[in-house]
Amino acid sequence: MVEATTLQRPVSSAAAAALLSVRDLQAWYGESHILHGMNFEVREGEVVTLLGRNGAGKTTTLKSVMGIVAKRSGSVIFDGTDIGRATSDKIAKRGIAFCPEERGIFASLDVRENLMLPPQVRPGGLSLEQIFELFPNLRERLKSQGTKLSGGEQQMLAIARILRTGARFLMLDEPTEGLAPVIIQQIGHTIARLKKQGFTILLVEQNFRFAATVADRYYVVEHGKIIDGFANSELEANMDKLHTYLGV
Amino acid sequence: MTTITQNSVPTTTRRPVRDEMIAFAIMTVLLLVVPFTGVYPFFVMQGLCFALLACAFNLLIGYGGLLSFGHAMFLGTAGYVSGHALKVWGLPPELAIVAGTAAAFGLSVITGLIAIRRQGIYFAMITLALSQLLYFIYLQAPFTHGEDGIQGIPQGKLFGFIDLSNTDTLYFVVLAGFLIGFLIIYRAINSPFGEVLKAIRENEPRAVSLGYKTDQYKLLAFILSGTLAGFAGALKVFVAQNASLTDVHWTMSGEIVLMTLVGGLGTVFGPVVGAFVIIAMQQYLAGFGQWVTVIQGVIFVACVLTFRRGIVGEIGHLFKRSL
Amino acid sequence: MDINVPALLAQLLVGLINGSFYALLSLGLAVIFGMLNIINFAHGALYMMGAFCAYFLLNLLGLNYWWALILSPVIVGVFGMVMERTLLQWLSGLDHLYGLLLTFGVALIIQGVFQNYFGSSGLPYAIPEQLRGAINLGFMYLPVYRGWVVVFSLVVCLLTWFLIERTRLGANLRAATENPTLVRAFGINVPRMITLTYGLGVGLAALAGVLSAPINQVRPLMGADLIIVVFAVVVIGGMGSIMGSIITGFTLGVIEGLTKYFYPEASNTVVFVLMVLVLLVKPSGLTGRAT
Repeated sequence: MVEATTLQRPVSSAAAAALLSVRDLQAWYGESHILHGMNFEVREGEVVTLLGRNGAGKTTTLKSVMGIVAKRSGSVIFDGTDIGRATSDKIAKRGIAFCPEERGIFASLDVRENLMLPPQVRPGGLSLEQIFELFPNLRERLKSQGTKLSGGEQQMLAIARILRTGARFLMLDEPTEGLAPVIIQQIGHTIARLKKQGFTILLVEQNFRFAATVADRYYVVEHGKIIDGFANSELEANMDKLHTYLGV
Repeated sequence: MTTITQNSVPTTTRRPVRDEMIAFAIMTVLLLVVPFTGVYPFFVMQGLCFALLACAFNLLIGYGGLLSFGHAMFLGTAGYVSGHALKVWGLPPELAIVAGTAAAFGLSVITGLIAIRRQGIYFAMITLALSQLLYFIYLQAPFTHGEDGIQGIPQGKLFGFIDLSNTDTLYFVVLAGFLIGFLIIYRAINSPFGEVLKAIRENEPRAVSLGYKTDQYKLLAFILSGTLAGFAGALKVFVAQNASLTDVHWTMSGEIVLMTLVGGLGTVFGPVVGAFVIIAMQQYLAGFGQWVTVIQGVIFVACVLTFRRGIVGEIGHLFKRSL
Repeated sequence: MDINVPALLAQLLVGLINGSFYALLSLGLAVIFGMLNIINFAHGALYMMGAFCAYFLLNLLGLNYWWALILSPVIVGVFGMVMERTLLQWLSGLDHLYGLLLTFGVALIIQGVFQNYFGSSGLPYAIPEQLRGAINLGFMYLPVYRGWVVVFSLVVCLLTWFLIERTRLGANLRAATENPTLVRAFGINVPRMITLTYGLGVGLAALAGVLSAPINQVRPLMGADLIIVVFAVVVIGGMGSIMGSIITGFTLGVIEGLTKYFYPEASNTVVFVLMVLVLLVKPSGLTGRAT
C-alpha cells in the first residue's frame, strides 16, 4: 500500500495549478464514518477518475466536495478558495456542477424544465443549440416528462443541464452505469469533447475500461482513503495492482 | 429521521422492569395518601381521569407511532352515554361505566377502521375530522342537550352499597379505575402485541414482510386506546357530574396531546405526570382567561423545539433509565 | 319535492363562497406540505389574522378594502416567513408530526392573544362601496360582493396554479419538492425558497381572510373550525396536485351548499361524511398519491 504522503507529489507531468485540492477530507453519514482523510487534487483541464469498489467512498467524496454531506471536515480548496464549510448552493455558485449517480431527473418537470432548472452561475455556459448538437435526442423530447425518457436519454439530460450553467468543473458520478454500449460510447465522446473545450472533470467510475478512454489520471479509493494514484500512461503497468484493488 | 418517540426503547432490548416497578409503587403510594394530605381531592380525581386518558392516547402515539388528534371523541362519547345512563335510565354506576366504555369501544371500532386506512399526518387529520363530525352530531342530538350538556348527574351507589357521593369513597374508586386502566396499558405495552406494535412503528414495511398483518395490530391498538379513553371519560362523569361539549371539542383533543407531550411521549409514566402538570396549570391560571390558551400554545412550541423527551423522558435520559 | 329555485341558488352561492375559502386554504396547505413536509395547523389562525389585518388597516390607518386585499396577504405572509425562520426551520429532519404539533401550538398562541383583546364576538367589516348591491340575473338577485369573492378567488387559484405549473419559478419549486438536496446543489438557495413558499401559502390564507371579513365578520376563532374542515378537504383531495386542490375545494363547497338547502341538519357534517366515504372507497384520496 502506498503512503498517503507520497500521493501529494504530482503523479502527472502536467504542471498546471490544482483547480481542486482536497486535504484530509473526512465525512460522516450520521454516526458512520465514511471518509477517513481523502487527499487528492484535480488540475485545470484534466479528467481525473476515482476508481474503487462499491462502498469505498467515491460517491461520498463527490457529495462532500459538493457540500451535500453536511457532516464533514478537512479542507477543500477550489480555485483558491476553501469551500470545505460552505453550503452546496454556495459551492455550486463557485462553478462546480454535479451529476448524481441516480441522475436526479425530476418527474414533475418536463425535459425543457429539467434542462433549464440549474441556474447560470458563470458566463460562458453552453447554449441550448450547442447542447442539442452534443445530444440531438433531447431536442425532440423537450415536451416529454423528464422520467419518461430512456435511461440513456436521462443520463444525457443530466449531463446536458449542468453544461448550461457555466460551471467549468464537472463531477460525474458513474455516468455509464446501466447503459447500453452504444450509449456509453456516446457519453465517452461527449466527455472527450468537453475536455477539449477546456472543462475539468472529476469522474467516478466502476468501469475502468470506459475510464481508460477518457481519463488523464486515476486515484484508487478504498475504505474512505486514496490508496494509490497513477497517470493514464501508467495504466498498463498498473493493471495487476488494479485488478487486486477492484477485485475483478 | 428522528421519530416522534425518541424515548422509546428499541424492540430488541429488554425493558428494565425493576425501575418501572419502583416507580409504580411510588406513584401508587403517593396517590393512596392523597385523601389524608388535605390536597383538594377533586383536583386529584380530575387529574387521574386525564392521566388515564393520556396514557390511553400514549399507547397509540408512543408505541404505535399513530398521532390521534381526536381522542376527545372517546372521552366525550363515554361521558354522554354514562351520564345519560345514570340520569335518564337510572342505571347503577357499574352499568353506566360499562355502557359508556362500551360506547367508546363501538366508536373506536368504527373510527379505527376508517382512520387506519391512512398513515402519519393524514391519520392525525382524519381523527381530528372524525371527532369534529361527532362534535356536530352531539351539538344537534337531543340527548346531549346541546350547549347545556347533561348537568347534575347523580353519582349513585356502586354495586348498590358503595356511596359515590362520599368524596373519599369516590376518590378510591376513581383511583382503582385509574390503576386498572394503567395496568392494562402497561401489560399491553409489554406483551408480544406491544412488541409487534413497536416493530410496526419503527419500520412498517419490514413488519409487513415478516408476515404481520399490521393493519390488524394498528386497529387493535386503536380500539384498546379508544376504549380506555372512554373508560376514563366514564369515570370522569362521577367526578364532574356533568357531560358537555367541551369534552368532545378539538381543544380537548389538543390538551390530551399536550399532556402526553409534556410528560414524555412513549414513556410509561410521562402521561400521568403531564396530565397533572397541565391540570394544575389550568387550575392556577384559571383567572387569566384566554392567556391559559396562549400559555398552552407556548408550552407546545417549547416542547417541540427544545423538550421533545418530556419531563419523564428527560429524567429517564438523565439516569439512563426507561420510565 | 318543490324546489324553491332562488333559495337553492342562494345556498349554492354560499357553497361556492365557502368553496373559494376551502380552495384557497387547501391550496396553501398543499404547497406548504410539498416544500416543508409540515401540515400547517396555524393556517386557520393566519386566515383569521388576514381578516384582522384588514380590520386594523381600515380602522387604524384608514386604508380601505382594496388596500387590505394587497397589504394583508403581504403583512401576514411576512409574519409567516418570520415564523418559518424562527420556529419551523428547526424541525427539518424530525418526524412530520412535530410540525403539526408545533403549528398547533402557534395556532393556540395566535388565537388566544386575539381572544384576549377581542373576545369571541365578531367585529363588523363593511362591504366596500363599489361592491355593494345586487345584480338581477333574471332568475335570481346576485349580491355583487358574493359574486366578486367567487370570481376573484377562482382567478387567484388559477394564477397560483399557473405560477407553480407553468413558470420557471414554479419548476424550481416542484423540483425542490421532489429533491431539495439536488436542487440546492445546483446553486438554488432552497432554504430561502422554503421560507418564500411558506409566505406564499400563508399569504393565500390571509387573502381568504380578507375576502371573508365582510361576509362572516372578523372573529378570533373564525379560522379554528374552518381549518378542520379544510383538513377533511385535503384528505379527500390529496395534496399531490394543485388543480386537484382547487377543484376539490370548490366542489365540496357546492356540495355543502346543496346540503344546506336539502338537509340543513347535515350541512356542518357533510364534508366529514364525504371524507369517510372517500376513505372507504379510495383511501389515497381522489387525486393524491398514497401515503
